Parts: sequence; C-alpha cells; structure tokens
Amino acid sequence: MHQLLEQIVVTGLKTEAPPAPDEALRAIAQRLGKAILDKLGQALVIRHVDPGSCNGCELEIHALNNPYYNIEALGIKFAASPKHADMLLVTGPVAKNMEFALKRAYECTPEPKLVVAVGDCGCGSGKCGKIFCESYASCGRVANVIPVDVAVPGCPPTPLALMQGILTAIDGK
Amino acid sequence: MRLLDQPLDFKQMPGALAVYRARTYMAGLLSFTRAVKKGGGRFVALWGSDERDRSEKPSEGFSLHVAFGLTEGLALVTIFLPADNPEFPDLSEIFPAANRMQRATYDLLGLHTRSVDQRPWLRHANWPADFFPLRRGPVPKKSFPLSHEDYAFVRVEGDGVHEIPVGPIHAGIIEPGHFRFSIVGERVLRLEQRLGWKHKGIEKIFTRLTLHDGHILAGRVSGDSTVAYAWAYCLAAETLTGCVVPQRAAWLRALMLERERIANHLGDLGYLGNDVALSFGLAQFMRLKEDWLRMSNALFGHRFMMDCIIPGGVAQDLPPDGSELLLEQCETIEHEVRTIKKVYDDHAGLQDRFLTTGRLQPQLAEHLSVSGVVGRASSQVWDLRATNPIAPYDQIDVQMVTHRNGDVAARATVRFEEIIESLRLIRRLIKRMPQGEVSVPLPPVQEGECKVDGANAVGLGWIEGWRGDVLVALEAEANGRIRRCHCHDPSWRNWPALEHAAVGNIVPDFPLINKSFNLSYSGHDL
Repeated sequence: MHQLLEQIVVTGLKTEAPPAPDEALRAIAQRLGKAILDKLGQALVIRHVDPGSCNGCELEIHALNNPYYNIEALGIKFAASPKHADMLLVTGPVAKNMEFALKRAYECTPEPKLVVAVGDCGCGSGKCGKIFCESYASCGRVANVIPVDVAVPGCPPTPLALMQGILTAIDGK
Repeated sequence: MRLLDQPLDFKQMPGALAVYRARTYMAGLLSFTRAVKKGGGRFVALWGSDERDRSEKPSEGFSLHVAFGLTEGLALVTIFLPADNPEFPDLSEIFPAANRMQRATYDLLGLHTRSVDQRPWLRHANWPADFFPLRRGPVPKKSFPLSHEDYAFVRVEGDGVHEIPVGPIHAGIIEPGHFRFSIVGERVLRLEQRLGWKHKGIEKIFTRLTLHDGHILAGRVSGDSTVAYAWAYCLAAETLTGCVVPQRAAWLRALMLERERIANHLGDLGYLGNDVALSFGLAQFMRLKEDWLRMSNALFGHRFMMDCIIPGGVAQDLPPDGSELLLEQCETIEHEVRTIKKVYDDHAGLQDRFLTTGRLQPQLAEHLSVSGVVGRASSQVWDLRATNPIAPYDQIDVQMVTHRNGDVAARATVRFEEIIESLRLIRRLIKRMPQGEVSVPLPPVQEGECKVDGANAVGLGWIEGWRGDVLVALEAEANGRIRRCHCHDPSWRNWPALEHAAVGNIVPDFPLINKSFNLSYSGHDL
C-alpha cells in the first residue's frame, strides 16, 4: 500500500490547461440558448458511438480521461447509455451495418442532443474522408446519417482537438 | 521443394520474408492442411480472389488461398475453383479457426463450402444475398436498403437459463460487436459472438488505390496496429516490385513496431487495473502511455506513427537528438513500469480477480490456432520476431515471452514482460542501427518471380504486431493499380477463443476477460 501512495505522491498533478473553443469546428450555427449552455458547461454527459472507425479515434478519446487532459475535471463525463447523454461523440465512417444502431442511439438521446463528428473519415475531410466514402458497405461521413453540430477533423484528432470540439459545442459565443 | 513431406511442389518466393508457394487441387489442399495440423504448424488465414477477367479456362474462375505458418516460413497454398460452381473443401473440421473466414469468403466472393455452418458472417442483410462485393465488375451505384437480420444464435435451453444480449453498441468507449450470453444465475454457460458491424468494404476500397498509396488504407485497418499493418503492406508491395529497402529503414520500422507494442501494452495494463477497480493503475499507465505517444509525435511526426512507414522505406529519419531522447525515455518508462508492477503484484484484490479468471487451456489454444499475446499466455510458442524473424529481428535476438496458465493474470504478465523485452530491443536497435538512406523509390511491378505454376502473383507481408501476427496479401495490375489486397488480423483466430475463455466465469468478469484479450473489431470486420 505504501508503494501505491508513494507513487501517487511522486507523480504529482499532471493536468494541463484545457484549450479554448474554436468556432471553425462548427458544422452549423450554435442552436442552443444561453440558459441551457450554462448548464451543459458545468456538467456535460457524452455517449461515444463508434459506427465504423479504425479504432484510432477511440484511443484518443480514451486519452481525454488520462491525467494530462483530465476531462472529467471540467465536468464532462462519459455515460454508458445514450438516454443519459447530452452529446453523442461519433467516430468513423458509418458502416451500413451500424446505420440502424446509430440512428437508434440518436433517437434515444434526449433533446437538445448535440452531435460531434470525430475524425477525417467521420467528417468527410482529408485523405481518409476521400478513401472512406459511400459504398455498398458504408454511408460515408456521420452527417450523412444524423445531424452534426461540430466536426473535429484529424486522423485521428489529438486529444486537445477533441476537447476543443467538445467545448465548442457547448460554447455560446 | 517439399514441406512436411507432402507431395506439393513449393517454390520459394523472392523478398525479405520466407514464403513458400504451391498451387494444387482440392485433395492436395486437404491433405496438406491435415499434414500441417499433424506437424504442429499453424493455420493463419484463408481468402479468395476473382480471376474470371484474366483466366481463359472456366475451371479457373476463382482462386482460393490458404496461408499456414511453419517453422520454415509462411506456406501459401492456392487452388483454382470453377467459375460456375466455386466450391472449396471445408477446412474448419481440421482447423476450426477457418469457420468464420470461410463464411466471410462466401459473403464477399460467393465461394462456398459444404460446412454445416452456412450462416452469413460479414453480411448483415444490408446488401442482397446474391451480391458479392469482391467480384470484379461494375459496382452498383445505388445503395441497398437496410434490412433486419434474424441471426440464428445457438440457443441454450434448460432450467433457469436466460440470455443477455449485449451490443452492437457497448457500454463504454469501445468498438461495436454483439455478444449473446446464455447464463444461469451469474455463471456463463455459453457466449456467442456476432461480429461484422464495422464492415466498411476495405478490401473493395483497396481496388481504387495504387501500390504507392495502399499503405494509407492498410494503416487504418486497425488504428491501434497501424505500424504493423503498414509494414506488412509495404513488405507485400516491395515483394511485388522487387524493391530492396535500405537497411536503416528496416531498423527504423522495427523501432516503430516496438514502440507501438509498448504503447498498446501500457494502455491494456491500465485498463486491466481499472476493470478490477484499481483506478490508480489506469491513471498511472495512461500517463505513461501519453508520455510515450508524445515522444512518438515529437520524433516521428504522429502519435501513433500513422503513415510513417511507406513503400520503399520510412517517411523520415530520426532527428539528430532522437536516439538520446529515446534511450532516456526507455530508462524512465522501465523504472515506472517496474514500480507499478510491484503494486499490481502485491494487490490482493487485483490478484484475486486476475488469477484463474478467463482461462484458456494450452491444448484448446492450439486447437483454435490462437495467436499473439493471448496465444503466448497459453503456451503457444509463436512470435514471428523470434520464430520467423526478418531483418532486423534476425540480428537482435528477441526473447519470446510465454506463460502456461492462460488466465487473465498470465495475459497481464506476458504484457508486463513484453514491455521490458521491447524496451531492451529498442535500446539494442538504437545502438546498432546502421547509417544510410531511409527510403528508395518503389520500382514498377515485376511479378514474374511471384507467380507459381499458373497461379497469379501474390506479394505477402507477415508482421508480429502487438496483438499478434498481421498478414497482408497483395495482388497488383501491371500499371501499379491494386487488384486485390487481403488484410488479415490475428483477431480472426482469437475471437472464437474468447467464447471459450468466458465459459464458467461470472458475467461481471467478462469485461476483464475481454480486456485481457483486447481484440480488434475493425481489423476483423474490414
């Protein structure tokens, strides 16, 4: 036990400052009012949905919870059910086989349900946006299946870019 | 030449990898498969190709390729199937791991067996049963309507038995799949998986690319194994073009592969701690992983080293201070990992949950052709870096890590020890790295050498990624366009083993067992 405690003390605090929101990431204009944004800004619950990514974006979403980014300290946490979520964080192109499940998750999310599309293939940007376009097996980018508020490009986007996208979605300016 | 004393005429393929190729007929394939099983060889992968546009004989409409792992190297056996009735022998009776690959081969190409299990695998009723996406010809422009599938899960019946369906969307930040548990009380009687949810037509997309850009897609088959896939792809492309990469490039590739291994093992060890409520472990290991990824970003330009391996070599050399920074980081990480390992070793609650949980017996692991970390934790003495090494692994003396218990604890131990071994290898790679160029241009396709006995040229890449052995099989047109690229993830062979490892455990231990396997959905679903 002393080793565990010693390691915690030796490690110290690692958390770094969060990035500022970036208006350039918005896919559509902010549709939420100040009252609701003030609430979400203090406690945001996210449901992550992967309808077809390569798992690269998931690695970076995991990193959001590491001590450096410590996203939970900002009042943002991940939920197991879309019914408990304010926001869907959706990665990858939408595989045909996941189209129905993604739509179901979207329907289950209570209003005003924000959607953040993640990654070049999820946003239809960059070389991966081109590679993973519509086909017999894929619906292409997330916006082809459900409405998207904020799009965070990158392959995969860094944890900082992800945080920026999430914070932009709940930013009122 | 002969392999396993079988009457097949194998020809050694050119390239960095030891590959032996033979073309035969159904009976020859069956008897060779049996000989591999008997001789302790491995079943690796099975896939098909459409040959109708370049074959004049109706009896050679499709080809079926089966890859086996032998001590001599990779043995690739090809048979032709008639265009009008492409039936091939059911190999799943010899190697059960062939089952899902055979079903996928039917879904994608329409090549069939007479196996008792005729259920679709990658097709989920969202494209018509008579549409085979990998057959050559015009691609339908219109998308197919979604349809509901009633998959025939095997039902367990009896007093008090009930089912828990989980997924495709799981409760966490994780890829999609479906698990059907049949349980009594809390005990798992049977687990059946339904995968294929992420199928996005990767093998079809490859046919739009050229040999020069295929590595980008290969590096995104399974994002956590991007280095392994890119290397395997490049090996295949370099074989088809007769490209000899500079020595330094091969060493840098190995350096990246070991860094990828350590990054993933660090993450897994953190999550294993977290799954038994030791969040200290998650916080500590995720911190180390972040440090590790930041260094990769600083030295290679990408946190996961995506697109850093290119056909002909690597994208860039290390910066001048790179070696020193890497060596320093090896020291720090080794010290930290050893410290946290002591905490894990002494933590009674953690050990209680790890020990005997999710046990995969060595005999079963062998029967199911289990590979990689999971295999090595169940006495499967197979690590390409040690058993079938290519440069530079043939010069740095890799010490394979194995364990015999086959439980969660064994899989954690293998990861701990592989981190330490990979740190040692990184030091050795840096200290002995040859100087020189890091890439050469990829020459035009010259596939003559890769052909065998009428069968078309296939370039192969076979790399021991952090999860297990990744295989890429590549065919190209003379103009450099990719004709067929089959990517095989070790998860294909390990997923069925997870079904067995879960039996007899309680449902709350499943996430822990699943994490200790940590298999790829994307790499499997393609």
